[in-house]
Amino acid sequence: MLVKQISVFLENKSGRLAEVTRTLKDHKIDIRALYIADTTEYGILRMIVDQPEKAQEILSAAGFTVSSTHVIAIAIADHPGTLDEALETLSSGAISVDYLYAFVGRASDDAIVIIRVENPQLALEKLEEAQIRVLDSREVYGT
Amino acid sequence: MIWNSAEQLTARAMASLQLERLQRVIRHAYDHVPFYRERLSAAGLDPASFCSLRDLERIPFTVKTDLRDHYPFGLFAVPQQQIVRYHSSSGTTGKPIVVGYTRTDMENWVDCCARVAAAAGVTADDTCQISFGYGMFTGGFGMHAGIERIGAGVVPISSGNSERQLMFMQDFGTTVLVATPSYVLHLTEVMKNLGIACEDLKLRVGLFGGEGHTPEMRVLIQERLGIVDTQNYGLTEVMGPGVSYECLENCGMHINEDHFYPEIINPDTGEVLPEGEEGELVLTTLTKEGIPMLRYRTKDITRLMREPCRCGRTNVRMDLVRGRTDDMMIIRGVNVFPSQIEAVLMTVHGIGPHYQIIVTTEQFMDRLEVQVELTDGQRLERYGQLQQLTQEIRQKIRTVLQIDVKVTLLNPQTLERTAGKAKRVVDLRTSRTF
Repeated sequence: MLVKQISVFLENKSGRLAEVTRTLKDHKIDIRALYIADTTEYGILRMIVDQPEKAQEILSAAGFTVSSTHVIAIAIADHPGTLDEALETLSSGAISVDYLYAFVGRASDDAIVIIRVENPQLALEKLEEAQIRVLDSREVYGT
Repeated sequence: MIWNSAEQLTARAMASLQLERLQRVIRHAYDHVPFYRERLSAAGLDPASFCSLRDLERIPFTVKTDLRDHYPFGLFAVPQQQIVRYHSSSGTTGKPIVVGYTRTDMENWVDCCARVAAAAGVTADDTCQISFGYGMFTGGFGMHAGIERIGAGVVPISSGNSERQLMFMQDFGTTVLVATPSYVLHLTEVMKNLGIACEDLKLRVGLFGGEGHTPEMRVLIQERLGIVDTQNYGLTEVMGPGVSYECLENCGMHINEDHFYPEIINPDTGEVLPEGEEGELVLTTLTKEGIPMLRYRTKDITRLMREPCRCGRTNVRMDLVRGRTDDMMIIRGVNVFPSQIEAVLMTVHGIGPHYQIIVTTEQFMDRLEVQVELTDGQRLERYGQLQQLTQEIRQKIRTVLQIDVKVTLLNPQTLERTAGKAKRVVDLRTSRTF
C-alpha cells in the first residue's frame, strides 16, 4: 500500500526545474503531485508521477541526481480536523513524520496527503487501525 | 635605519661569509640528517668538496614534499631537546610541514625580522599592531619578536575581528600595521562602513607580507590610507618572515644574504640562470641549525637585482614575486593547494571525483567556493542530509586548511571534463595577489 515517490536534486540555477519538467514531458510522464523544498543553495523536488521507474531512469540519464522512496498516501475528507486526526494517530504511535504534502483529489472531494515516515509499515498499521483510508498508487491516480 | 652591519657588507666580504657558512651547513646537514646524507652520497658528493659558492649547484633540490614526507621531524638536524620553537604550514596534501628552531635559530630569526621592520622605518617610538595570525603560522610570532627587539610597542591582536582592530588602532594610536595586503584593503572597507577616516588613525607605515602584493594594490592602499607601504617576504620552510624585505626606496626586497643564499633557476630544467633573469627562487639556509634547507625550491617566480640601492644596503634584492610555478593559491595569507582540497573530497562519500575551486574577493577578502557533484541520490530522502554533506566537507577542509569555504552541490556531469589537465581553479579575484 505504499506509493513510489521520486526525489530530484535541483541546483540553484535558473532553468533547472524546467529541465526536469521538459524531460518528463518529452517522455510523456504525468506529474500527479509535486513539492519543492528549497534552501538558499539548492532544492529538492519530490514528485508522484504515473510511471515512477521510467521517470527515475530518464532523469538519471539526463544527468540529474535522482532517488525513489516509498511514501504513504492517505485520503482524508476535505474539512477541518481530518489532517489533525491522521497526524495524532501517527504521533500517538510515536511515529515521526519526515515531511508531508497534500493535494486535492481529482474525482472525489477528498484531499490526498503524501506522508514520508521512517517506518512506513508501522505507520500503515496505525493508520488502518484508526480507519484512515490509505491509497495505493492506482488510487492516487484514479481519485 | 640599517639594523645590522651584515646589510652593508662588501660583495667580497659577503661571499666569503656565505662560503664559510655554506660549508658548515652542508656538513651539519650531512652529518645529522639521513635524508641529506643519502642525497649527497647518491650524487657522489663529499661535504668536504665544496670550495666555492658555485659548487652549491651540484646539490639536488629540496622540495616541499620532502618536508611533508618526513613529517614531523625527519629533516631536523638536532635532537628534539634542542628545539625551542615549532611552527608549521600546510603541505601540498594531507600532512602539514613542520619546522623547528634552536635557540640560535630564534636569535637569528628575531634579528632578521628586526631588519625588516627597521628598513621600513620602524623605531622604538612606534606602536605596532600585528594582524597576522599567531599560532602555528610563522607570520605573527616572527614579526612580533623582531619588532619587540627594536623596542617598539607590540599590539599582538592577531587576525580577524576588524572592528576591534580599528578600535585599538584609534585608541592606542597605532602607527605601524603588520598584515597581509588584502586584509589591509578589507580593513579600509570596514573603515568606510564605520565612518572612520584615515585622519582618525595615526598609521604611518605598513609592513605587508604573507602573500604577494600587486602594484595596483599598493596604489589602492596608498590612496586609502596614505601610509608608507613596504612588502616583505618569507616562507615557513626556510624561516618565516625575515627572508627579504623592502626598504623605503620600494625597489625590490633585500635578501638577508648572510642567512639565506638565493639562486634563480629555470623551473623546467633546474639550471641556474644568470643574475638578473627571471625564474624560480631557490634558497639555501646558511645558519639554520634546527632544520637546514639545502637548495629549497620556493616555487616563487622573481629575479635578483644587484644594482646598488640608494638606502645604503648592499645585500642583493629580489623583485616582488610575480607568480608561482605550481598551483598554490594564497587565500588570506594561507597557502592552499588544490591537491589538499582534492585529498579531502576523496574521503567524502556521496560526491563524484570532479571538483572545481572558485576564488573570489568580497570586500577584498578572499572567498573560496568548492563545487562538487552530488552523486548519491539516497541523500535526497531526508532533509538535512545534503546539509550534513556540505557541512562535512566544510569541516574537513577547515581541519586541513584552517579556512572556511563555501560548498556548492552540483548535478552530476555539470563540471567541465577535459582530456588534459583539468581546470581545477577559477580565480576571479579582482586584485590577484599573484
